[in-house]
Amino acid sequence: MTAKIRKLTVWVEETLQEMGQEISPPTRKAVAAAVIENPFAGHYENDLSELMEIGAELGGLLGRKCVAALGIEPNAAESYGKAAMVGENGELEHAAAILHPRLGAPLREAVEKGAALVPSSKKMGGPGQVLDVPLGHKDAAYVRSHFDGVEVRLCDAPRADEILVAVAVTDSGRPLPRVGGLRHDEAQGSDGLR
Amino acid sequence: MPDVSIRKIVTALDEIHHEGGPPAAQPLLRASILTVIANPYAGRYVEDIQPFMENLRPLGLMMAKRLVDMLGGDAKRVEGYGKGAIVGTGGENEHGALWHAPGGYAMREVLGGAKAIVPSTKKVGGPGTRLDVPVTHINASYVRSHFDAIEVGTPDGPRSNEMAVALVMTTGARIHNRAGGLAADAITGEDGLK
Repeated sequence: MTAKIRKLTVWVEETLQEMGQEISPPTRKAVAAAVIENPFAGHYENDLSELMEIGAELGGLLGRKCVAALGIEPNAAESYGKAAMVGENGELEHAAAILHPRLGAPLREAVEKGAALVPSSKKMGGPGQVLDVPLGHKDAAYVRSHFDGVEVRLCDAPRADEILVAVAVTDSGRPLPRVGGLRHDEAQGSDGLR
Repeated sequence: MPDVSIRKIVTALDEIHHEGGPPAAQPLLRASILTVIANPYAGRYVEDIQPFMENLRPLGLMMAKRLVDMLGGDAKRVEGYGKGAIVGTGGENEHGALWHAPGGYAMREVLGGAKAIVPSTKKVGGPGTRLDVPVTHINASYVRSHFDAIEVGTPDGPRSNEMAVALVMTTGARIHNRAGGLAADAITGEDGLK
């Protein structure tokens, strides 16, 4: 593996009730985060292909960790998202190199299909800072019940020469969706939008 | 006697490979589970709060079992533990103390009679409050390599009429422990201390 991983953390959040309403089955979100060494910390590098390779590795690894933590078959995944926070000796473009060119394909393999764009966010930051990972339906981006987000935070990362990379996968939408729009059971999932 | 009403459950599993030193052959695993429940005593002073302790016992057992499962399913692998509570602002710190007996009992039961006192902490706080849950060796509190802490929290809890109760377990010493003191392989493990 090209990525030099210091630590991995996997969170699962289950909501059993909201506003006094029982959520059955509970809605569940998983987020897997890897803290890796930033090979380009402290200097300008024009060719970011090493980070692109790392993105490909982490898309598969973190996607599989989420699916395993949810205890589901890959095709039972319903929404996903990705995000990265670059420690202070790096640059925002490092997050872009990890997230955009190659992370998506192995993530889609981990959740089977994934016709929709993987929603993403990125920023520079330090230890203890919150990173909000956006969530969207994995096969039809317009499914309104699945627009959501999930927070990632590690008290000790990213250090100055590190990057925190997160992938989120759910097996459900928001707990009590009732703002209309395209529904999960109506989605075609062929063009990635509807 | 009030039932335990669970709104959400958040689990986290850390897999620590290194922290700047030599990567470990076996990564250190640290698991936490935080359950957000209704506080039956929120909003007023209630003198006799102890009945709720009994209700919390099954919750403690469920949480302790899930931690063992997260760490691979073998209770013998567990070497450190801790517990804590965050009470929403409609309650009082004393409500968090209700977690001492059921949380501790549950982990000892699941781990087959661990000897050391379960270290703990508690506070009153609002949504997003973080709690650093202390960790010590399960059979001998003085084992220096196993002193640690795991941060828990969730962005939307505890609400004012809720409390969040936490249990944590680890599979071993800090990743690069080298601060001396009583070593895990030097304990007698009878009095819970040494």
